[in-house]
Amino acid sequence: MSGLKTDLNLARPDDVYNAIVDAHKGLSPAQSEAMNAALVLLLANHVGDEAVIAEALAAARRAATKE
Amino acid sequence: MGSYTYPRYPYRKPPPPGDAPVPVAIVGAGLVGLTLALDLALKGVPSVVLDEDDTVSLGSRSICQARRTLEIWHRLGVAERVVAKGVTWDTGEVNLRDRPVYRFDLTPEPGQRFPAFVNLQQYYCEQYLVERCLEQPLVDLRFRHKVVGVGRSADRAYVDVETPDGNYALTAAWLVACDGVRSSVRRALDLPFEGEVFDDQFLIADIRMRTALPNVRKFWFHPPFHPEHSVLLHRQADDVLRVDFQLGRGADPEIEKKPENIDRRLRAMFGPDAAWDHEWISLYTFSCRTMRRYVEGRVVFAGDAAHVVSPFGARGGNGGVADADNLGWKLAAVLRDGAPDSLIGTYGVERLAAARENIRQSTRSTDFIAPKFPASRVFRDATLALAHDVPFARALVNSGRLSRPVAYETSPLNIADTSTSWGVAPAPGASFPDAPLDGNGPTSMIEAVAGRFAIVVFVERTGELSPEVAAAIAALDAGSLPVARLLVTRDIDSPDFPGWTILEDIGNLAFRRCDARRFTTFLVRPDQHVAGRWRRIDPAALADGLRRLLAGGPA
Ligand SMILES: Cc1cc2nc3c(=O)[nH]c(=O)nc-3n(C[C@H](O)[C@H](O)[C@H](O)COP(=O)(O)OP(=O)(O)OC[C@H]3O[C@@H](n4cnc5c(N)ncnc54)[C@H](O)[C@@H]3O)c2cc1C
Repeated sequence: MSGLKTDLNLARPDDVYNAIVDAHKGLSPAQSEAMNAALVLLLANHVGDEAVIAEALAAARRAATKE
Repeated sequence: MGSYTYPRYPYRKPPPPGDAPVPVAIVGAGLVGLTLALDLALKGVPSVVLDEDDTVSLGSRSICQARRTLEIWHRLGVAERVVAKGVTWDTGEVNLRDRPVYRFDLTPEPGQRFPAFVNLQQYYCEQYLVERCLEQPLVDLRFRHKVVGVGRSADRAYVDVETPDGNYALTAAWLVACDGVRSSVRRALDLPFEGEVFDDQFLIADIRMRTALPNVRKFWFHPPFHPEHSVLLHRQADDVLRVDFQLGRGADPEIEKKPENIDRRLRAMFGPDAAWDHEWISLYTFSCRTMRRYVEGRVVFAGDAAHVVSPFGARGGNGGVADADNLGWKLAAVLRDGAPDSLIGTYGVERLAAARENIRQSTRSTDFIAPKFPASRVFRDATLALAHDVPFARALVNSGRLSRPVAYETSPLNIADTSTSWGVAPAPGASFPDAPLDGNGPTSMIEAVAGRFAIVVFVERTGELSPEVAAAIAALDAGSLPVARLLVTRDIDSPDFPGWTILEDIGNLAFRRCDARRFTTFLVRPDQHVAGRWRRIDPAALADGLRRLLAGGPA
């Protein structure tokens, strides 16, 4: 049984997606990187479920290392 | 430099060769070897301790002596001196730049006989241990007796010992190598010592300075007086401060070690009016390594000889003292009561698991303090940035997770639970908690269970224990190792039971920490780890449990 939700779970997906991207506007690459790290930590704490976090990490790493 | 006067212990000529092997030969009179020799002596086992030197640890190394170490040394008769001379602390403070972000209290509730930590220089600790050993007829302490060769057969170990009067050979039933990180015993047997080496350099400046600083462990990330890196500050005895500057990978040791460069850093840290004298300066890097096995036939490894960790967390010396605590009673059972060698095997299994846990913890701290790759650094910095405003992030700030007893979760000595109704309570393999108790005068759980097997039975009122059950348990024995029978109660209301000690749980803490109810029973080992626990009093299960402990596992 998968704990990580992989089907759409957002009522307004475009809004959330653009909110994430827009939040980086005007940041240097280093600041963006720092912001992403802080965001990951905040969301991981919010999720709270180690198994879900592990699944998300695996899926994200697969996406990052494709090809 | 240095205010401590190193004692010189007398050298004695090698005794004439004996016919019989000595029961235990210990190589190395450091924290670990001395602790083991004392514990064995209290259990009636003689040992020969060989040390190449004739004094205590040179320079300052270990300073943070953990609660569990103090409890063990209390049993051995040296903790009072350590506490009296040292600096007691329970609190750590973590700062980011010039502001505190996080405080941790290692003793959040009362009712422990000893504080979380006492800071005392290693040379004092060793001095007190040596002085205690010299009072023990069963400890044969030989200074300037250096081990230069090792041999072994199925049931013996042999060492060649070099002295100012020439070499001699010693045969032992058991040889315990406590000869430190460069262990000559380990090297003589050509055994692997593997792990991770860290490149970051650290500078230790121990200085003598009067100060009004509180007794708190202080850690800074990027402080104004050392903006690129971290700094750790501890108080020690004799108005000595330990300042530990992280220097990073590229630093040049020769430049950093120059007194004027150290003074420049200290001046920035303590301000224009401070005055200090240097006590000790050293530059170090560290590694986390362990042997693959700690028992090789009749040769056993303990302390830094078996495993090393980074200093963050104070797990080196404290872990080594726990090795000695684990090994002492097992050697006594093997040598005095004919317990099988497999009991010593459980030492290897339990303490290797503990060392791996200590290495895991200290590696994580080191990776946080000195991130090894760019993403690691990004997350570290993000955690620090969040820590000011977001509470959960403070818990992620890792400046060292401080030494605690490690639970032997997978030990072959553990007796599986027969009840599932346990809340937060020490499970088989875990260390038994302390609590204040009242017997004939105040005592503590630590003192009541120390150094022997203990059967701990909880009752609301003393009279709930039936005299027949009390007598059946009083009849149990464990060979030459004593068994304590402790009845812990909220209310003392009836006469004594022969062979039992009745203790009142004056703070209600023993009940709570053990999640105890009426007839909850624990079987505790002489090193104070739990062997088994029950929700009812079962003399047959206790008898089985004691047999299992002395047999090194299930029959
Ligand atoms: C900078 C620093 C800070 C530290 N801080 C802490 C701390 O705060 N808390 C903590 O718990 N730990 C700390 N440690 C770790 C601690 O110092 C060690 O873990 C501890 O000393 C190990 O004790 P030991 O008895 O195993 O070995 P050692 O203390 O190294 O003793 C080995 C002994 O063996 C003898 N010997 C060696 N070879 C031979 C031979 N061939 N024949 C005979 N004798 C021999 C030596 O003379 C020595 O007496 C720190 C270490 C460092 C370097």
